[in-house]
Amino acid sequence: MARLTPENVTVATEILSRYPRPKSALIPLLHLAQEQDGWVTDDAMEHLAELVGVTPAEVVGTCSFYEMFKREPVGRYLVNVCTNISCQLLGGEELLAHAEEVLGVKAGGTTPDGTFTLEDVECIAACTEAPCLQVNYRYFHKITHDELGTLVDDLRAGRRTEEIPPHGVVARIRQHIPADRAAGPADPAVNVEPPWLATEEKKP
Amino acid sequence: MTVSNAPAIITARFGDEAAYTLDRYEATGGYEGLRTALAKTPAQVVEEVKTASLLGRGGAGFPAGVKWGFCPPGVFPRYLVVNGDESEPGTYKDRLLMERDPHQLIEGVLIACYAVGCSQAFLYVRGEMALAQERIAQALNDAYAKGYVGKNILGSDFSVDIVLHWGAGAYIVGEETALIESLEGNRGLPRLKPPFFPAAKGLYLQPTIVNNVETLANLPWIITHGGAAFAALGAENSKGMRMFAVSGHVKKPGVYEVEFGVTTFRDLLYAPVYGGGIRGDHQLKAFIPGGASAPWFYEEHLDLPLEAGAVSKAGSMLGSGAVVVMDETTDMVRACLRLVRFFARESCGKCTPCREGTGWLEKILERILHGEGRPEDVNLLLDVCDNISVGMAWPPRQTTICPLGQSATTPVASAIMRFKDEFEAYVGGPAEITVKVLGPAFVGPRREEASADA
Repeated sequence: MARLTPENVTVATEILSRYPRPKSALIPLLHLAQEQDGWVTDDAMEHLAELVGVTPAEVVGTCSFYEMFKREPVGRYLVNVCTNISCQLLGGEELLAHAEEVLGVKAGGTTPDGTFTLEDVECIAACTEAPCLQVNYRYFHKITHDELGTLVDDLRAGRRTEEIPPHGVVARIRQHIPADRAAGPADPAVNVEPPWLATEEKKP
Repeated sequence: MTVSNAPAIITARFGDEAAYTLDRYEATGGYEGLRTALAKTPAQVVEEVKTASLLGRGGAGFPAGVKWGFCPPGVFPRYLVVNGDESEPGTYKDRLLMERDPHQLIEGVLIACYAVGCSQAFLYVRGEMALAQERIAQALNDAYAKGYVGKNILGSDFSVDIVLHWGAGAYIVGEETALIESLEGNRGLPRLKPPFFPAAKGLYLQPTIVNNVETLANLPWIITHGGAAFAALGAENSKGMRMFAVSGHVKKPGVYEVEFGVTTFRDLLYAPVYGGGIRGDHQLKAFIPGGASAPWFYEEHLDLPLEAGAVSKAGSMLGSGAVVVMDETTDMVRACLRLVRFFARESCGKCTPCREGTGWLEKILERILHGEGRPEDVNLLLDVCDNISVGMAWPPRQTTICPLGQSATTPVASAIMRFKDEFEAYVGGPAEITVKVLGPAFVGPRREEASADA
């Protein structure tokens, strides 16, 4: 599959420029690759290895540690149902069972049409709004079985695409540090006291 | 029941839907704390935070001003890393702070960088929090354009970049040294302390301060109103206000900012302005006072204040401000399995007791829940726990590099020591316990310790 497109190489270069050491950009760049293709391909990982200056094996090493990175295709919509304690107490496991029924796949599976992948996930920090789930990391709080059914119907029919971008797109707003405002990365090899600490005694 | 009428500090703007925008933030006193800080010396800012006695809100509860002082003199650059990887089950506060008031956090980051002398800050947001990432990205872009962040901030000699960084799904990365590994582009495996205390050898082995989102969000108020005003709120060893998420079987689950150290668990669970009581007039069975890692509390602990020392003495912790309430309809074996499965899934695999032990605990609990357990499995569970955290003492005796392993033992010891009959019903016979369990929350205060305290 795909290496990064020229446009994404430009984005990658901007991200890399913020870090004192390039490997620090690896997780953001893996997200960029997943945003481009919907999952993280071997070709993309090789390309990232070139950009970051590490071996492809190191990229796979990092990638394979983190739950969000998918190294095989998943559905356009990743439905993550929380079943951890606060949700379990208020019907999270029953909600997951209902999602399995509605989608016709078990947790971990993808629907044959490639629209949905269902996951049984750990706490997603919405504990007072239990039971809850995320679709492509957008929250649905205190969701009922009926509401889940409606949501699935909407997504299947191609509605709510403004609200929920395809899998791989997490934040739709990127940070930009303007060149004339940048303080620049702090090089760990240069031991210089910051000026505002050095001039401390001059203040009243 | 007494409910303090102290003013909200970090959630003060939560009623304003547009509080996340720079315009609204500036219109409501935003960036005044930064201006006040820049008029002081960095040492004076540190003093103000020490006067406030601001305890870290991430879980360990260490005083922030003291932690800052651990950076070795003369070693630069120093980095600030913001821990926004909120993932402890039951915890829901940092996400709200990042989504609803991102500029407050950014201002807190700037004050900390100015005080400590950090030349670059990394704001590590949990990967799954899309909206928080978007709100912070927009807030940073706006703050850069207005001269609050970057080179020569507000015309001063203070310069720092704040880089928005984000994770990709790993609970362990909430542990500060694992977070640093992740920020270096690696698998999130914790580092051994010593020597890798972040303040001495952190990011790129340079002095690094790792602070929680809620901790930093308090700084603008502290600097604007003074450390003494903050210290006037709360109790002797737990100053200011603090956010608690009350979830589970209460009538009004919610996130409440309460006066720290003064409010009790009973207030939090039952007061009409907070939890409002147990749902459907059921009875309280147990509650987790500080996230999945904390030993459980029961009816007899309700009058304890939300104060770190008192909770620790009773054998548990306030942790990350996550109170999970279970009523008498809760199947404790099932709840226990769910918590253990979390730790088994999230163990990074670096240390044997945790990697192997959490998996064994999960398997044994699975077979008990499915009616395939034996009476001796109950003691076997405790035996496995004993090998991860000797005696299940409090504070825990750690056999692993980080506290994840011992955290997996707390739901097991809590559930078995209090609700052994429920396990016996599953395994079909009386279960003999031979493992010595020491933690006071599991067994109640032992007589000799109770008299020694008196």
